[in-house]
Amino acid sequence: MAQPATLAQGQQHSIKLYLVIWAWLFVLSACSYLVDYVGLQGYVRWSLIVALMLLKAGLIVAVFMHMAWERLALVYAILVPPVLVLLFVGIMVFESDYTLITRLRFFGAG
Amino acid sequence: MADIGPGPLHEAITPPTGWRGVAADWASDQRAFTSVPWGKVMMWIFLLSDTFIFGCFLLSYMTVRMSTTDPWPNPSEVFALTISGRPVPLILIAIMTFILISSSGTMAMAVNFGYRRDRARTAALLLATAAFGACFVGMQAFEWSKLIAEGVRPWGNPWGAVQFGSAFFMITGFHGTHVTIGVLFLLIVARRVWRGDFDRGQRGFFTSQRGHYEIVEILGLYWHFVDLVWVFIFAFFYLW
Repeated sequence: MAQPATLAQGQQHSIKLYLVIWAWLFVLSACSYLVDYVGLQGYVRWSLIVALMLLKAGLIVAVFMHMAWERLALVYAILVPPVLVLLFVGIMVFESDYTLITRLRFFGAG
Repeated sequence: MADIGPGPLHEAITPPTGWRGVAADWASDQRAFTSVPWGKVMMWIFLLSDTFIFGCFLLSYMTVRMSTTDPWPNPSEVFALTISGRPVPLILIAIMTFILISSSGTMAMAVNFGYRRDRARTAALLLATAAFGACFVGMQAFEWSKLIAEGVRPWGNPWGAVQFGSAFFMITGFHGTHVTIGVLFLLIVARRVWRGDFDRGQRGFFTSQRGHYEIVEILGLYWHFVDLVWVFIFAFFYLW
């Protein structure tokens, strides 16, 4: 990052930092769009979508929302709980697989 | 509220950092979030709860999409626009994405100029952010009316799995509502900045707290969050 991590209130960073991040977000979004435009499929598509999404989200949270300069106590309090959603995702993947199998079994295959 | 900035006095009371800092902050009797203004912490906690709401929406969408026996409509084709005689996939959504990112950029700079007590630039950038936001909502309204005209309903659509419509209207509708509320607050705060409320510490209508430039940053957190949610919606709903 262009600025050292400080405890200072009122977050003073150079405008240039925001413009650089803005440009990066443009580039990353263009890349996500290209994934669809070029028509990549399968695991290449999915991994690229997730990777670009996480990069963009990271830049927004860290720089635009100033998370990179906050105290760790706040960072963990906000960023750790959403990780639990992944557990929920896991549960629902099993559940929807089960629903799909049940539907195919009883309603006939499609 | 106002914390001591970096300076000679500051060295003496600098709290510990790293894991030791986390333990010290959480063990402190009165304020776990040392050096973070109260309003900002509350906004972060609100955003955390909002994260769970959108998380649940996207999760339900994943569940219905994985468990349906009908083919899921291809978003690349559903959201294509015909430009000069040939269909361009997802183009409207891409433009909406760029508009929202631009609004985040102007918002971040508005926060910065606010802390520099630059009233004119802060107000102008807030208004630019509001304009981008209104533009986004307008394009979303266009997208909704186009899809409704093509026969997409919460209970069915011409292309495949019926759950497509309900997931689409619920997720983008809730996000659009967030953007709309954000635009309204951007206009209110821009007006207050322009009048100089935050220089005089004038009380606001909403919380009756004394105005200060932190309000711009708190509003900024909300606005960036709206952009953040769109990043996930774009990835999971439109691109997947």
